[in-house]
This record gives sequence, C-alpha cells and structure tokens, in this order.
Amino acid sequence: MKIELQALSARHPAARSGGAPAIRSIDLQIASGEQVAVIGPSGAGKTTLLQVLACALVPAAGGLQLDGVAPWRLSRRALQRLRGQLFLAPQVPPLPPRQRVVTAVLAARLPAMGLLASLRSLFYPTDIPGAFDALDRFDLAEKLFERVDRLSGGERQRVGLARALLAPARLWLIDEPLSALDPTRSRQAIDTLLGNARERGVTLVATLHQVDVALAHFPRVIGLRDGEVAFDLPAEQVTRERLAALYDQFEHELRGEVTPPSPIEVVTPQPVVMHCR
Amino acid sequence: MSTTVLRAPNRDPAWLGRVFWIGALLALLWPLGVATEFKPWVLVEPRNLKVTAQFLSGFWPLTLNAEFMGLVLRETWRTVAMATAGLTLALVVAIPFTLLSNRVLSISALAGPMARGPAWLRQSVRWLLVFLRSIPELVWALVFVRVVGLGPTAGVLAIALTYGGMLGKVYGEILESGETHTTQNLLRNGSGRLQAFFYGLLPTNAAELTSYTVYRWECAIRSSVVLGFVGAGGLGQQMDNSMKMFNGGEVATLLLVFIALVALADQVSAWLRKSLG
Repeated sequence: MKIELQALSARHPAARSGGAPAIRSIDLQIASGEQVAVIGPSGAGKTTLLQVLACALVPAAGGLQLDGVAPWRLSRRALQRLRGQLFLAPQVPPLPPRQRVVTAVLAARLPAMGLLASLRSLFYPTDIPGAFDALDRFDLAEKLFERVDRLSGGERQRVGLARALLAPARLWLIDEPLSALDPTRSRQAIDTLLGNARERGVTLVATLHQVDVALAHFPRVIGLRDGEVAFDLPAEQVTRERLAALYDQFEHELRGEVTPPSPIEVVTPQPVVMHCR
Repeated sequence: MSTTVLRAPNRDPAWLGRVFWIGALLALLWPLGVATEFKPWVLVEPRNLKVTAQFLSGFWPLTLNAEFMGLVLRETWRTVAMATAGLTLALVVAIPFTLLSNRVLSISALAGPMARGPAWLRQSVRWLLVFLRSIPELVWALVFVRVVGLGPTAGVLAIALTYGGMLGKVYGEILESGETHTTQNLLRNGSGRLQAFFYGLLPTNAAELTSYTVYRWECAIRSSVVLGFVGAGGLGQQMDNSMKMFNGGEVATLLLVFIALVALADQVSAWLRKSLG
C-alpha cells in the first residue's frame, strides 16, 4: 500500500485541542512494499504517526492518502473496510487474558470473515494449521491452545506479532515490536516480520527503540524528533553524527541503557455495586 | 529553659463541632420520624404484645402433613422456575440493549467524538433501560396479573422487564469500566462491532458478567416469592393464602422453606462465583 502525507499535523488523542501537536507538518511518501523504520527519542511522536497511518486518529491539519485515497473523506462503512486492509500492532499486545492463543491469533482474520464464520470459529477454530504456522514462525507453536494469561510478557508480544501474518492487510504498522524481547528473539522476530512482508509485498512501517536493529535490517530509516522529521535516509547513510543529533540529551536511549518504558498497566475494573431490593 | 510552661489543654478543640453535627442530624431526622409515624414503643405495649404472642403461638406446631408438603414442594419448584424463566427472558431483553447502548463498540468514536446519530441512539436506549428498571417488579406484576390472569406468567413477565432494565444497565457499566484496549484494537484493524464484541469485549469481561448474572438470579428467587403475594403463583401466593386463613402452622413451614431456599441460592451463587474466579 502506498502512503502519502502532505504537511500533516496531529495531536495525541488525550491532548487538549489548544496544545502543541505531537507531529507537525510532516511530508512523507512511502512506496508500496517498502520497509521503513521510525526511530527517535521518547515523545518524538512515533506512536502518533503510526496511529495517523492506521486511521485511528484524525489529522489536525494536512493530507493523508493511502493508495491515493483520502480515508477521512470516505463514508464510515468504507473507512472501516479500508481499516481491514491495515494492521496496527500496538506496543501493548491487545489480547484478552482468558482467551486462548489460537483464538487471539485468528482474531486478526476478522475483517475478512463474516459474522457467522467468526462465531463458528469461536466454537471450533476454523484454521488451526494457519494459526499453528503463524505461531511457529515466532517459536510459539506449542502454546497454541494455552490461555493468554499463562504466557510471559515476551510471549504475549510475539503472539501479537504473529497476528500480522494472518491479517488480510496490505500495510503493517508495528509499534515497538521488540520492547519485551531478548536480543535472540528480537532478531528472529524482525527477520520473520521483514521476510513475510517482502514475500507478500506488504508495506511495513515499524517504530523502534533499538537503533542498531533499525540500521541493520531496514533499508530506509526515518528519524523523528519533537514531532518533525529530522532525517529520512537509506540506512547506510545514517551517520553517527546524525544519530547523535537525533538523540541529543537522550543519549541513554541511544546507548540502550534504559529499556523503553513499556506501558503495560494492569487495568482493574471498578467493582460494580451489587444492589438488590 | 524557656519561661513559658506548657499546660495540658483543658478541653478538646473538636468537641463543639461534634456536638453541633450530632444536634443537626437529630434535627433533620425529627421530621422524618414524624412523617413515618416512627413510634417503636407501640411494639411493647401490653395489648400489642398479646396480639403478637397470639400470632406467633399459632406457628406451632408446624404443618408437616404429606399433602401440604407435596404442595410446598411443587410451589417451591414453581418459584425457582419463575425466577429462572424471568431471568432468561430478562437476558433476551438486556443483551440487545447492552450491545446497542455500548460506547466501547462505537466505530465513529474510534477517532474523536462519537457521531451524532449513534450518540442519540445510545442515549435513547439508555433512557429506555432507565424506564424499564425504575418501575418495580411488583407494579409490573400487578399490571400483568390483570392482563394474563393469576399465575406464574405474570411473575415471569414482571421479572423479565425490571431485571432486563437492570441487567442492561449494569452489563453496560461492566463493559465500559473494564479494559477496552483489545476491543479498540480489533475495531481499528477493521473488525465489525459484533465481531469485536465476541473476540474482545466478551472474553475480557466474561467472569464479571457471569458473576453478576448469577447474583441477579439469586435476587430473582427472592423477588419471585414477594410477587406471589399479588397472585403471581409460587411460595408467596401460598403464604398469602395461609395468612388469610390464619393458619400459623402453614405460614411457619412456608417461612422456613423460604429461608432455606434463599440460603441455598446464596450458597449456589457463592460457589459459582468462586469457581469462576
């Protein structure tokens, strides 16, 4: 899927409407099938950029076009159909704790399934081999019928990534895919994602805190700082000086000393008052 | 040594305020007591004590003959059946309304405020639920006894309407106060609302929902006894008959069965809730 941004600004959904936008007048073109890493210090606007691309956030100004179509001009139904062709993997894997892994992974297929087919799949999983294969590429095949809450943080993150392989999407937007993985798993996960994206001709945009991974595996790297594009270059042209400037005053993040804050928070639902006359 | 000598304070500084608030509370309660003719001492007046003693002495001996016990057993079964059927119908009422009024399942609210049409639809369904539950089941039962005649049908319908309203409201609260990350992600990736419900919202909140439903079933058993007094069948109607015949033995037996039934329902629901964890 081809992406075009023209002078696009967007605010964080929680921000007040008067506040400064999280990304400011960004011009960007990503060709179909391209693989792009977005790097930059915390708070640079990486996640906001992904959300705009995923049509999860209305831009405050500027234009967004996906395959030449402006998504926010579409009807709600058509927009939802377009969203079915995008796959957004948030940093915190969105998996219900009591669900089984097989169901959670097959949920990625929902946009391509009718309601009846998806209900039948709850009763008996429609594509066990497909789910098994997707998990196997992340070394999780043996967890197929486990419950999600029995998995470790890293395993959950990989289940979240395995969803991408089943989604009927032509654009993968992946937020911090490696934040809970050790170096070996990281390499395996990134190889799987990039390899499969290339095979299918899927466009891939990933935000990364691991600068070395971004430079080693992605052909194109975008540096984002304070909501603006600091550089947009082929990986081999990203010099040490550029990185130093990008991470100025955030050197500890560049050196990887501090693992990025993973906002995995346990939401405890408020107890509902049980009243009875 | 300083020349000022610390002396023990001779009164509590908070005392005056405390006296004031106690006095204010009593002054507020006084008119309420007058309005409700609150005179507990009439209970221990000799004349009333004699009436009470007569009424209570009629409780002994309990009526335990086979014919009456058979009747009690049948009516107990009818009471449980009325509660269960009423609750099942209430679910049929509540579930569609919950789905319609739920803000988490709004696609237009994914990015920015909800669109006007859906917002109005949700609000009007909420008002309908308020209407359903604000009329007590006793009133509904009186209405339905006129419409469908004496018997459990009136009780079932009364429970269905009132409890439908309550379940719809509380289900909505449970679903909206719980974790919505998974559901939102499914919607953002292009799923339909019902698909997102079955794959995200329901598994996330299933335990809470079931626990509340079981609790409501216990309440339904209690209220179906009360509904019997207005002619909706079951234990309540039997107790009403026995009271009108001044048959203390039967009343006492029925009361004991009633207590045992409520205790049993309490046990069952406690056990169910525990096993759902």
